[in-house]
Amino acid sequence: MEAASKVIHAIYNDDDILMSAVKRIKSEKHHIDEIYTPFPVHGLDKAMGLAPTRIAIASFIYGCIGLTVAIVMMNFIMIEDWPQNIGGKPSFSYFQNMPAFVPIMFELTVFFAAHLMVITFYLRSRMWPFKKAENPDVRTTDDHFLIEMSVHHNEKELTDLLKETGAVEVKLIDNAH
Amino acid sequence: MYTFSNRLKSVAIGLIIIGAIGVIYGFLTSHKTFEEVEAILSEEAAHHEGGHDAGSDHAVMEDHATMDHVTAETHAEDTHQEESVDSSHAVAEEVTHTDETFHAAADHSEEHSDMGAASEHHADEHTEHVEHVQHQIANRPWAALYVAAFFFFMIALGALAFYAIQYASQAGWSPMVLRVMEGITSYVLPGGAIVLAIAVASGTIGHYNLFVWMDPEVVAHDKLLQGKSGYLSLFWFVVRGVIFLGGWSLYRHFSRKFSLAQDEASDNKNFIKNFRISAAFLVFYIYTESMMSWDWIMSTDPHWFSTLFGWYVFASMFVSGITVIAMITMYLKSKGLLPLVNDSHLHDLAKFMFAISIFWTYLWFSQFMLIWYSNIPEEVTYFVSRFNDYKLPFLGMLVMNFVFPLLILMNSDYKRIPWFVVMAGIVILAGHYIDVFNMIMPATVGDRWYIGIPEIGSILLFGGLFLFIVFTALSKAPLVPKRNPFIKESEHFHY
Repeated sequence: MEAASKVIHAIYNDDDILMSAVKRIKSEKHHIDEIYTPFPVHGLDKAMGLAPTRIAIASFIYGCIGLTVAIVMMNFIMIEDWPQNIGGKPSFSYFQNMPAFVPIMFELTVFFAAHLMVITFYLRSRMWPFKKAENPDVRTTDDHFLIEMSVHHNEKELTDLLKETGAVEVKLIDNAH
Repeated sequence: MYTFSNRLKSVAIGLIIIGAIGVIYGFLTSHKTFEEVEAILSEEAAHHEGGHDAGSDHAVMEDHATMDHVTAETHAEDTHQEESVDSSHAVAEEVTHTDETFHAAADHSEEHSDMGAASEHHADEHTEHVEHVQHQIANRPWAALYVAAFFFFMIALGALAFYAIQYASQAGWSPMVLRVMEGITSYVLPGGAIVLAIAVASGTIGHYNLFVWMDPEVVAHDKLLQGKSGYLSLFWFVVRGVIFLGGWSLYRHFSRKFSLAQDEASDNKNFIKNFRISAAFLVFYIYTESMMSWDWIMSTDPHWFSTLFGWYVFASMFVSGITVIAMITMYLKSKGLLPLVNDSHLHDLAKFMFAISIFWTYLWFSQFMLIWYSNIPEEVTYFVSRFNDYKLPFLGMLVMNFVFPLLILMNSDYKRIPWFVVMAGIVILAGHYIDVFNMIMPATVGDRWYIGIPEIGSILLFGGLFLFIVFTALSKAPLVPKRNPFIKESEHFHY
């Protein structure tokens, strides 16, 4: 889709109205570019038809990597490289001494799963410390909800539709970027 | 209203009859004479000599160890060699372990005095050893009966704890399945009474087949048991058992009563009463459950003790109880009797199955690892005997109770598919039967264990009884509470 030169911003002040507006817009087969809300609105992703996240799968894989790292590391250090007798613990094979390694195996699994998942989340949602905030209207961080839609020579139709759905404010914005 | 279908009723009665036949068969075949046991042992010894000619290291040990320990040890050593461990070390280690196991043989502490004695005692030692094995063989049907009785009882008690938590926490999702839980908990009183009766019968009718501390002959020769006799006496065992069962079934009785009364009431008084007694019950429960696990399970190994044992048994009963709640809910839903139970309810139950399975593993491992790590002889014998003689059930139960549910129930979508949850539930239940088996059997039958007719017969007997009692209770009241304050929330529960 070519970048639209103009976008329409519809502002709502209630999440229930927002939800019914989204359902209405979807049923009229219009495309919603983005919705800005001050807090998570339960069921909004389903109403918008967003694909489910795959971050849990990524996390599971990271956990498996962490477990592998722990096993390979301790097997090399404690069993292969220098199998010392430390307090009578059997270091002849990994399995024999495994109970002593389980706390580290567990912690590294959790560590990898958690941290790499968070980093994945930051990367996928493009968040970093000096990132310029992409906020079209400061009120959306407080108590207003904003639907952003591209305009393709149908300003009138869209404006009427959004007004009908209970928007308290509908603005036509020249696309700055 | 649910009606107990005739087909299910005949299945339950059939299970009871088949199971009872198996149990009777077990008792009839467990009385071996001295000569018979001698013949069995010499046959086994011949078998082992043929397969194993280890040479001189062994001769040294055989002086010390009794025959069955040699058998266990040969077995353990073979496994060690397969692991390509430095074999001389393994042998040395086994010698130590054998000694420890020997010390731990609580039921025959008299053998202590013969340890390391000269060869004139050899004949005595042989007699004692044969008698030891004879006793173990005689214990088997008792232990099989006890394990199965406890297993089904603990399902009901676990469900009762879960039920009380639903009231005390005012859970909004669960009123839909409260009646299913009430049905399951109807087994607490009969099931618990049976467990207590078997325990007492083993020490009065039987020949101290489950709890060696009930045998005055053993206590007379055992300083450790004398020291514990203030707690471990048959009289106080029964008194405590009656208090536990009385408290649990009183709560169950009144909670059920208030729950039914709430259906007809015009206010929420009954619900509030239920909330209060549930909170009080949970306090009572956590104390009595812990003591029950010392009395009914830990005291089969009266020389051994562990502080988190009560929690460990709790986790086992909790996850089994939740699993059975999920399975019976799905059964009733599949019959169209619980139309308002949706896959979010199922998801919640499956989440509990998943989480409590991991909680069980956490406690199992905490208990095992602390004892393994410090390796204090008086504690570690518990795991040495389990690891040497029960390798398959001991490690197999970890796979069934941890690895399997972990991988199967991790995915959110799978937790909503009934047959997936049922499959996981069957494995979890089998795993926790083996868990109870691992707790009781090593102390009673030692390495003479097998899952054969007495064990399976007992499972069928109590399984049938459990089904009969639970489904009879389910047919006594509407399956969905009418005026529970949270019933609307539960109907629309959506995750």
